[in-house]
Amino acid sequence: MQPNLFAPAYLTVSQLTFHIRKRLEDDPTLRDVWVEGEISNLAKPNSGHIYFTLKDKNAALRCVIWKTDASRLRVNLQDGLAVEAHGKIAVYEPQGQYQLVVNLLQPKGEGALYQEFLRLKAALEAEGLFDPERKRPIPELPKIIGIVTSQTGAALRDMLNTLRRRLPLVKALLAPAPVQGVEAPPALVEALHKLNQQNPDVILLARGGGSIEDLWAFNDERVVRAVAASNAPIISGVGHETDFTLCDFAADLRAPTPTAAAELATQTTLDDLQAQMTYFTARLNARTLDLLAEQKAWLAALAARLKYSSPERRIQTENQNLDGLSRRAFSALRHRIQLHSANVDGISKRLQALNPASVLARGYAIITSLENGQVISKVAQAKGALKARVSDGEFEIQSKA
Amino acid sequence: MAKTKLTEKAIEALSYEEASAELESIVGALEEGQNTLEDALKLFERGQALAAHCGALLESAQLKVQKLSGESLIPFEADVE
Repeated sequence: MQPNLFAPAYLTVSQLTFHIRKRLEDDPTLRDVWVEGEISNLAKPNSGHIYFTLKDKNAALRCVIWKTDASRLRVNLQDGLAVEAHGKIAVYEPQGQYQLVVNLLQPKGEGALYQEFLRLKAALEAEGLFDPERKRPIPELPKIIGIVTSQTGAALRDMLNTLRRRLPLVKALLAPAPVQGVEAPPALVEALHKLNQQNPDVILLARGGGSIEDLWAFNDERVVRAVAASNAPIISGVGHETDFTLCDFAADLRAPTPTAAAELATQTTLDDLQAQMTYFTARLNARTLDLLAEQKAWLAALAARLKYSSPERRIQTENQNLDGLSRRAFSALRHRIQLHSANVDGISKRLQALNPASVLARGYAIITSLENGQVISKVAQAKGALKARVSDGEFEIQSKA
Repeated sequence: MAKTKLTEKAIEALSYEEASAELESIVGALEEGQNTLEDALKLFERGQALAAHCGALLESAQLKVQKLSGESLIPFEADVE
């Protein structure tokens, strides 16, 4: 390109810088780029923005993370840290500098881990290991709760405290296993296997929070398969709320933390059981009192019927009949007695009339032999001494015949 | 008493689950009302004893923690907060 000698078009610095800025910022590659390097010249001023330089052996790149993205950063930045940064190239015109405006940043290697995570997740998902139909219900009132975690971690203490607080009635069976490092996956698999032989009602597979590398054992295919193959339903509680591992997908229930896992395993608490017992006792008492009241009422009704149909009434009737009869009998008897007594009077009068004494009163005398007391009714009998009986006494007489 | 048979198992020997399950069936049987008065009173007495046993178990419940060690289970002393 030939410079125009006659009418040279001078650009101002601003115009040229603007032109460069437009060229760089419009480039599709530079607008969405991943770059890896080592952090140096890290600066965190009070503005909240973060400034640093990414370097490798031969080059350096100025970088900035604006405040809003900086607050979302999960990595603890320090000089010398190898990272993978994502962002866009921008030009800072006052200093004529280009820089990478970073919106995502992770420790080096995490990207590869994440790719592996996605690949394994897709493969196991295709196999059906994460199917919702595979999920088993968590028992409402477990007797034995298995725990697979580190024997020394805070996660174990949190879970045991939660169980003790909510349902101390359960038995906790711990199968300890390291939860990070190369020895963790086979140890976790072994712990799950051994714990299943004890037939727990549910298993808590847990680990406290950590970096994504720390949690990586829970993305290990062997562990994920062991979770899916467990006889007892598994509640996973790995890391924090925001951490998702493949074990979470394979588990029957995913809890955001170890404590939450222990809570989900104890849906019925001691308080619930005590309330239930109060309810049972109330029903038992109420029902029995009702029953007794029913029985009493039934008895009372029966007693009333019994009284109505009792012989007492008949006895009363019979008594009345008897009274009537006895009255009749009595008056009949009295009548007869009166009759008899009148008769006796008549006879007595007639007898009176026949009494020889009354004849004597009229002047007759009864003569008897003094010798043998024979009544003298013929002259021939009148011999010797005789006795004459008159109305008021006797005297001796002498026969002259 | 078709449904609920008194197990006559010593109440002290029953686990919480056994005792509460029996109590629930006793309450159910009483509410069905198919019992003779004598049976009902027996059920009531056993129900009360079961409820007392369950209450005592709940009151005294202490989390038991065991650890798998090789092929055996050993007590695990967890630090209490």
